[in-house]
Amino acid sequence: MEVELRSPKEIMKLSRLGCFHQSKLSFLRSFLEEFKDWKYSRDLFELDKKGFGRAVYSFSKNNRTYSLVCFANEIEDEERSDRVIATKWDAAFALHDGIPLKEDIERLCENVPKQEVGRLSYKELTLSRANRSVRLFNEVVESLSNGRQPDKKILLKVGYLYRTTAVYGSGKFGLADRFRIKNRSEIKGPFRLEMMLVYLVRQFTFDQINHIAKNKNPKNFVELDKEIAKGLGIGNSTGLGMAPFIVNHPTLLNNWVQSRENILKKIREIEIVKEGEFKIFYDCLIKSIYNVENWNTDSKFQQSKIKQLLEDLNKTINYLNTVDKKQKHLFNVIYKWIETEVCEECLEYVVSMFMEPFDKIVKEFINEMSADEDKHFTIPSQRSVIQLRDILENHYSELLKLDFNKKENNHNFWFISKNKEEPRIANRFKMNGSELEQPLAIARDIKKLYERVIVSKNSQTIAEFLIENDNLRHVVRRAFIIEKFPYSEILDNTIGEKLMPIDMLRLKLSFFGAVKFDPRSDKWLRICMFQGAPLANQLKNFDDKWIYDSLN
Amino acid sequence: MKSLSEIETISKRASRAKGFSWGTSEEIGKCIRLLELFSLPGLKNLSQYLKNYDQNNFKQLKLIAKNNNSDGKYHCPISTGVSFLDQIKILEKNNTIEFNKIAYPLLFLPFVSRASETLGKRILIKIDEKEFILNFNQSIFSNYSKNEIWENANNISINIMENANLFNNNEWNEMTKFEKETFVDESEELKEKSAGAGLTDND
Repeated sequence: MEVELRSPKEIMKLSRLGCFHQSKLSFLRSFLEEFKDWKYSRDLFELDKKGFGRAVYSFSKNNRTYSLVCFANEIEDEERSDRVIATKWDAAFALHDGIPLKEDIERLCENVPKQEVGRLSYKELTLSRANRSVRLFNEVVESLSNGRQPDKKILLKVGYLYRTTAVYGSGKFGLADRFRIKNRSEIKGPFRLEMMLVYLVRQFTFDQINHIAKNKNPKNFVELDKEIAKGLGIGNSTGLGMAPFIVNHPTLLNNWVQSRENILKKIREIEIVKEGEFKIFYDCLIKSIYNVENWNTDSKFQQSKIKQLLEDLNKTINYLNTVDKKQKHLFNVIYKWIETEVCEECLEYVVSMFMEPFDKIVKEFINEMSADEDKHFTIPSQRSVIQLRDILENHYSELLKLDFNKKENNHNFWFISKNKEEPRIANRFKMNGSELEQPLAIARDIKKLYERVIVSKNSQTIAEFLIENDNLRHVVRRAFIIEKFPYSEILDNTIGEKLMPIDMLRLKLSFFGAVKFDPRSDKWLRICMFQGAPLANQLKNFDDKWIYDSLN
Repeated sequence: MKSLSEIETISKRASRAKGFSWGTSEEIGKCIRLLELFSLPGLKNLSQYLKNYDQNNFKQLKLIAKNNNSDGKYHCPISTGVSFLDQIKILEKNNTIEFNKIAYPLLFLPFVSRASETLGKRILIKIDEKEFILNFNQSIFSNYSKNEIWENANNISINIMENANLFNNNEWNEMTKFEKETFVDESEELKEKSAGAGLTDND
């Protein structure tokens, strides 16, 4: 039996993309799989009694070493901010390519704590900073220094000791360009080095807190229990900076979503599902409910989604208890049921869970998730206007129905702020600056393109069409990309009044493997990464379903 | 040191600020990145070009012909470059394409380099007395290596090279002789026993 791929018109809507969840395909999980047999070590740990100083952690294998260089600094409480516009952080980090020399560490010490206003070199691969979750951090120090393990309930509520506010890579602030390292087999999957940075930062947070507690009360202190530490991840605050990324990397977006869709198709096509395979799926689903129940957020929007998700998950489990497990194409039967019976949030949640028993199917696609955007950049200008028209009508039909003369459809504009050079969104009818709009209103510009195309000669070449329509060149390029990469485009209005920018962030973060999305407004959210993951010295042998064990 | 990613981004944004469309600004970003990757002073020349953009009123060239002459102003390297790249499949039939005046000619070069990739053919471009061989957008060979602003070029000749080897048959045959020294002479027994397929294909 052949199952059709789900249509991009269904999947690439923002409301659907905003329901995506982590899965076996997620970057942080595939990162651990890739690096599990690398040698981990803590090469330098020079912190003072209060926990300020520097440390170096590394992963190495054969002749390759990646080193995380950490700088922990003292800052005032009022200087601590989650926003990307902050200028000081509790700790700052850079992932160095190789073993850093003393002069490298001194150079990084001068620059890494300054983040965006510092300069990195081609020897550095990623850059980040993080702030303590102050109340929790202090409570844990207090407990450990007094010989007690911290209260699990309090830990679970927050889920991490530190949260990062940005992780930069690929040439930002002087970091190495992607082309320098793209052929290394260990980083074929996307964002591997960003994941490595976050993972090693997590280890630093445990070492630092143990160090502080020990120095506070050397006689009575106890180390943070390893099982408790495993249940802690790294938080992250993410704002609009991530949103343009997915618009500006169409083939990468396609490869992420298409891999997920291909895997779903293959699973639905399995004729005989083994008992053990169903059991893995079922057990993961049951275990994961604990994580959903402990998904805390003050966001009314997210609370209502979680409530519905829990209800529908219970409904799904009741269904799974009764479904005939011996019938052919069992996962297709289950899919058909959830497609009609549960909300989108639950549907995508269960789709992620489907992957758990199928290592072989998933692994086949992990290395398909990178992309070389440049390969598809040049417009095939010998093609004809009629071909372009067909592409627009086939792929963007829903967007072509939108009327951008209506204020609600043309409500927002995306721009880059002058003071922080970060993406922002604002109401074009109330705020200044829309004349400097970024090219992220793809739906509107595709509609403009279509209006020009239908009054142009069908036989005209694209080269001829562009002579008179240079202002639409950016969307002509995108149209020829979507022709080859059907999941490359968000098929929704990114400037409409009802836009929830966090849907765009959620899409990207779900592929990272983040959990516990906690929207703090419609424009930024907090998440947790690596909660439940094995510690760095446990990587040789770990259960890859760890994500469902966090603090259980 | 600035990364290529930073160079591409700033070139794109600076070009947009001067009024280029987003699509053309994207092209400029990619092209400056290419020049810098190939050790040619792209950003320096773009910066000067953008500074003079409002005053110089370059001649915009939208349709490229076999011969492209301007009596007065110098051709804009960007509009000429974008048009050249877009129209390269039509231009391919002309072995040689000529221009008499192009401003900031280095900025024109990466568009021609990308055209070489599109065609799958090497392109030789002569800009005044300088020569550049553009190898499928993989590399640029030239007798020019100055880190300078090159404001104007008066004679530009583009030659689309047919795919051909640079060696002759004798040279190839000489190599074949060497190559054969790595092969094993087959005895009758080896012929019979070591081939994977049968000796006849007629059954």
